Amino acid sequence: MTAHLPVLQVLVPLVCAPFCVLLRSRTAAWLLFLFAALASLTCAVLLAVRVGGDGAQRYEMGGWPAPAGIEFVVGAFNTPVLLVVSAVAVVVAVYSRRSVTSEVDARRVPLLYTCLCLTLAGLLGLTVTGDVFNAFVFLEISSLSTYALVAMGRHRRALLASFRYLVIGTVGATFLLIGIGLAYAVTGTLNMSDLARRVADLGDDGGGNRALYAAVVFVFVGLAVKIAVFPLHAWLPGAYAQAPSAIGAFLSATSTKVAIYVFCRFAFTVFGTTLVFGTMPIDRIGLALACLAMVAGSAVACFQTDLKYLLAWSSIAQIGYILAGISLATTAGVSAGYLHVINHAVLKAALFCAAGLLVLRLGSARFTALAGLGRRMPWTFAAVVIAGLGLVGVPPTAGFASKWALLTALVDQGQWAVVAAVLASSLLAMVYIGRIVEVAWFREPAEPGTGPTASKAPASMVAAIWVLVLASVYFGLDATWPAGLADAAADALLANGGE
Amino acid sequence: MSELLTGWTSPDRALALPVTVAIPLLGIAALLLVRRNPNAREAASLLSGVALVVAVLGLWPVAGDDLRFELWTWLPGLSLEFALEPLGLLFATVAAVLWPVTTVFAAGYLRADGEHAQTRFFSFFALTIAAAMWIALSGNLVTLFIGYEIMTLATWPLVAHKGGADARRGARTYLVVLLTTSVGLLLPAIVWTWLLAGSTEFRPGGLLTGHAGTGVLTVLFALYLFGIGKAALMPVHRWLPAAMVAPTPVSALLHAVAVVKAGVFTVLKVAVYVFGLDTLGESGASRPVMWVAAFTVLAAAVVALRSDNLKRRLAYSTVSQLAYIVLAATLARDVALAGGALHMVTHAVGKITLFLCAGAIYVTAKKTKVSELDGLGRAMPWTFGAFLVATVSIVGLPPAGGMWSKWLLLLGTVDAEQFVMLAVLLVGSVLSLGYLMPITVRAFFRPPHGPLTHGEAHPAIAGPLTLTALGCVALFFAADAVLAPLTGILELP
Amino acid sequence: MIATHYVYWLLFALMMIGLYVVISHGNMLKKLIGLSLFQVGVFLFFISLGKVDGGSAPIVSEDVETYSHPLPQVLILTAIVVGVATLAVGLALAVRIFESYGTVEEDQVLLRDADDREQDGGAS
Repeated sequence: MTAHLPVLQVLVPLVCAPFCVLLRSRTAAWLLFLFAALASLTCAVLLAVRVGGDGAQRYEMGGWPAPAGIEFVVGAFNTPVLLVVSAVAVVVAVYSRRSVTSEVDARRVPLLYTCLCLTLAGLLGLTVTGDVFNAFVFLEISSLSTYALVAMGRHRRALLASFRYLVIGTVGATFLLIGIGLAYAVTGTLNMSDLARRVADLGDDGGGNRALYAAVVFVFVGLAVKIAVFPLHAWLPGAYAQAPSAIGAFLSATSTKVAIYVFCRFAFTVFGTTLVFGTMPIDRIGLALACLAMVAGSAVACFQTDLKYLLAWSSIAQIGYILAGISLATTAGVSAGYLHVINHAVLKAALFCAAGLLVLRLGSARFTALAGLGRRMPWTFAAVVIAGLGLVGVPPTAGFASKWALLTALVDQGQWAVVAAVLASSLLAMVYIGRIVEVAWFREPAEPGTGPTASKAPASMVAAIWVLVLASVYFGLDATWPAGLADAAADALLANGGE
Repeated sequence: MSELLTGWTSPDRALALPVTVAIPLLGIAALLLVRRNPNAREAASLLSGVALVVAVLGLWPVAGDDLRFELWTWLPGLSLEFALEPLGLLFATVAAVLWPVTTVFAAGYLRADGEHAQTRFFSFFALTIAAAMWIALSGNLVTLFIGYEIMTLATWPLVAHKGGADARRGARTYLVVLLTTSVGLLLPAIVWTWLLAGSTEFRPGGLLTGHAGTGVLTVLFALYLFGIGKAALMPVHRWLPAAMVAPTPVSALLHAVAVVKAGVFTVLKVAVYVFGLDTLGESGASRPVMWVAAFTVLAAAVVALRSDNLKRRLAYSTVSQLAYIVLAATLARDVALAGGALHMVTHAVGKITLFLCAGAIYVTAKKTKVSELDGLGRAMPWTFGAFLVATVSIVGLPPAGGMWSKWLLLLGTVDAEQFVMLAVLLVGSVLSLGYLMPITVRAFFRPPHGPLTHGEAHPAIAGPLTLTALGCVALFFAADAVLAPLTGILELP
Repeated sequence: MIATHYVYWLLFALMMIGLYVVISHGNMLKKLIGLSLFQVGVFLFFISLGKVDGGSAPIVSEDVETYSHPLPQVLILTAIVVGVATLAVGLALAVRIFESYGTVEEDQVLLRDADDREQDGGAS
């Protein structure tokens, strides 16, 4: 049984999906998703323990040996991602029960959970797979179900957001496919380890093979769309803000993070550090775009008047931090990137969950609706402020730990311009979080009639929010555990995948 | 029990340190429990204040024992830890002793003024003191930085306490300036230090000694001194006058004691333990900042001289006096540093007296401007008597503690052969006489504008300020005792 | 170069035509058509990679010596399924958008959204 953990990780949510449709019951669908999430979390934890003990775990699908067969690989480099995705899935599952019923038409709820199961399966599959084409398939599984999830938002604007995401996302995925095709043309293999070996055999600079260079470019542009790297971010704000709240929370915490992991996997273990960051200027481009993302994302967030859009733009900036760490291609930098993947997932999920609670009780997350409610809903706003301070990077929240790690890595490499961008972005983050605080506590309510309408905040939603908030504070006070995972991941990646 | 007692001050795992930090937090829990009854609530505050004083004074006999307590590992290779050293002990004592005094005053003030949200007020007050203890006892730069930021955030609701547009604007400036400097300058400086020295520990003789050249040291020193926005070096002093929108007890404790002293304490600590006085003196890395500090001494004093609003005048006086301490650090001489450390104490006691007097005048006579104070001295002799004593201390005249700190500072400038600085300090003192003395002169010797309808302030208000005024005088006689622990780290004549 | 690899040039031209349609048209159906063109171009490119000179279709038979590479064809079978699914989701979305906005022109939809927001009393 334990030998099959890598495949069970993906299989359980995948199999749960059709049952969600077939059972047609809201409660049954919810229970199935909760079960799928819990099972994934269990698998992820067991796998992490095994990886910690005996190193990378390999699983041959259907008993066909690699490189011909598809292989699942779980190593130190992807266990943090598995843990984050499945843990967030569990929290969102608890949160979603009340949140989804209030925002989505009752008949569509089982369908929503179907898509959620599929998204989870796609993301987990994308993380564990050791085969590049299989990665494309899982990417599309998660993307297609995500488009459907976004379209289930409350406003008709959600449809437009979903359509835009679909067009941009498909172009990105197809770019990835072109890249994979070119890499296949050059090397004749699709297995990641095998590809890595054959690319390495071509020589340090890929033997000057122009098709290989094109492959690298296509793969990275394709992934950049999925990561929402700055100029390719246009789909993100609408998709996150218009999706149902629970979905927004789940996507913001997981989908871009998995794409970032895939980026790392391709950069460090498939094409190789020397080719991607030495011969090709992906590191310099990455750092430049990261700076733009940090500053522009935070700056735009400052001008938003809707909490969800504000959070979505802030995500674009935070992705910049992660990208900056990874683009350094040093152990410290990659480790900082991973640490922020973990911390940002927790913080942003908490914030989107809190925004969802506001939507449930106030009917909107626009600032005009939030004005002056800090005293009436102190716990919800306290959660927003604590997690918000995490985005700024103020101690003792999780954001400080990752900012410390990132600054250390940047200063170590003498990247002072990027340091300045990180700091500027932090200050802008302070401005937008400060705006929320001012609106909530120091502004008069717009009309006397406005205020929390629903009788009480559902306990399940409050619990989910506070679990995330407390986790973020814990990760700020004692960062040894996430930082240990991140360090192990960075070591494994830079030692060529721990293969 | 005996195990607990030996563990209390054992050198490698001294329980006394985390307990000292925890006492104000327990105080918060206690006062929240009894929040329905204002008397019990204030009693809880006061009780934890007294407990804190006892705990901190209990540390004096073991000041030289190099107590440490490791909290936990924060990131691999970086742990959060507390350590006791003389400068921290001084700062902790000042904050701890003045907390219960201010609590009594605050209770009287808030009730007389009918302020809202008093429980919130006392809770964040105690949280600020906890942060001050954390900063005073922190054993490395990262621990200190965490306490520093917690203090910024904990004082923000106090500054914004009154609500309304003015308070909001003041609190915004406060937060923006402090967070901008700490995140933008201090944090990179700490990270850089860590990379240069491989540690963030406070090390006698200087952590950076032998790890960096003069150029890097100069840049780093500037990063630190402007990054520590709480020390209010111009041009990052803007938050201090802005924060004067807070109720007076907040201005008193936070902006005469906890917050600004946390700033200059960090400056002194960085100078001694991160750079090392010898390294600083030889490399001259502190020279550029020294001139900024000198400018701040004079410029802030001139602004104070021209301010009619009493609290604003006191705020700029604080900016000017803080620059004395920063100047002491930049002189990089043992004598000067001892003077700075002593000034941290004497200025705290003196300035809190002045603020308490300002508060007493505001709640009793509803006056906020210097020009309105004519003749008030006859109605409020205790208040203005205390104001006079504190004035004497701040200016640096006998028989008040301020005289010794300024004396040591002057000796320091001579020792460092910085005669321009000697002149700056003297002119600064004359200016301080110019902006503080007229207040008592007006109150006692000018006829009142109209008939006086009030008497002395309520005893809960007049009592604390008399006590702190006595403290100013007591420091004149006890300066040696205050400096005694410092002999462990500094060579004093 | 162009002569020997003319297929690749043609297919990349096809992809670019598809991409251009996606970018240049505001009509959602035309966008989807462009997207499909783009994807089909990529599929054909993959298949052409597996072509071996003189090779026959990879169906085992006794009188054939050389076969074309079968793996790309298998992969593209999967990719075609993905493409069809994407098109289906896209069309479904377009239908929903037409139902709720009465148009599938993106600028029209945006205009009507702006009206929504004015009625809501706040911009987002």
